[in-house]
Amino acid sequence: MHELSVINNILKVVLKHAEDHKVKKVVAVHLQVGELSDLEDQWMQQYFDYLAKDGIAEAACLVIERVPVVMKCSDCGMSHAINIKEDKSSMCPECGSTNNTIVSGREYFIKNLEAI
Amino acid sequence: MSDEIKLIEVKEDIQADNAAKAKELQDSLRKEKTFLLNLMASPGAGKTSLVIQTIRHLKEKLHVGIMEADIDSMVDAEKVAKEGVDAIQIRTGGFCHMDATMVKSGLDAMNTKNLDLVILENVGNLVCPAEFETGAHKNAMILSVPEGDDKPLKYPLMFSVCHALVINKTDYLELSDFSVEKCRERVLKLNPGIQIFEVSCKTGEGIDRWVEWLHQEVNNI
Repeated sequence: MHELSVINNILKVVLKHAEDHKVKKVVAVHLQVGELSDLEDQWMQQYFDYLAKDGIAEAACLVIERVPVVMKCSDCGMSHAINIKEDKSSMCPECGSTNNTIVSGREYFIKNLEAI
Repeated sequence: MSDEIKLIEVKEDIQADNAAKAKELQDSLRKEKTFLLNLMASPGAGKTSLVIQTIRHLKEKLHVGIMEADIDSMVDAEKVAKEGVDAIQIRTGGFCHMDATMVKSGLDAMNTKNLDLVILENVGNLVCPAEFETGAHKNAMILSVPEGDDKPLKYPLMFSVCHALVINKTDYLELSDFSVEKCRERVLKLNPGIQIFEVSCKTGEGIDRWVEWLHQEVNNI
């Protein structure tokens, strides 16, 4: 399942930065994950625990901030957040255009690490 | 060394590595004038049927190659090879998606220099393949009528990353409560630029428009 690929990529970046800074232990990883991702926080942590075992990131806590799906109107340039679970149109609240493109909500971004 | 907790700034996109490989692959294929299409769908939506229909329409005009990705088995590659085109099967061995590195190793095994169009038939599911760039120039997906018109609500990421949507098995429309209009509305909400084609791989209805779009994209590379 793709959880492992995603979490493995997270771990690779975490370990690279941890080694660069010569830390002893990674305590927490602060992540931004887009709402279009279907990975649940609890499962991300479990996969991370499994992959990080016996390394310097073992038992590090994933602190996950969800990034809303934001669309930008191609006609007037206004940005607005949408609820993708709701069966409603994504019309621009400013000008009524439906010509909008997604500008955020797909990301997997590591903001920073807490380490000792 | 003190045991104080320090904050290390990372600011890194974890998909950046794959995205960079995908971009590299896209560029090198463009230089060879080989167009790569990433075709995604659920199991049973009609990926192989659409691939076969597409081959039949285009093989006199273009040199076509097919890369079949499945968790196991050679069934699909054997089926499409009968159509007289180059086909290879990638067995992902449990992996639920293809990433740029996997696609590159598949392409290396094909003689892409002589090909105008390569269709990657990705692993069948609407979740994982949407997360990974493959190096394809365009992404297309199939939603078949029996799956239901609510799928854009359940798998929004997939519908948001595709340039084309093929609604397949329109010959079932009369027997189902699938609303093409509702489906279009839900898809266009996420992705207003997407091209939507209504086809039946069984009867051949609507295939022409899809093939015309694809041929145009291949020519525009």
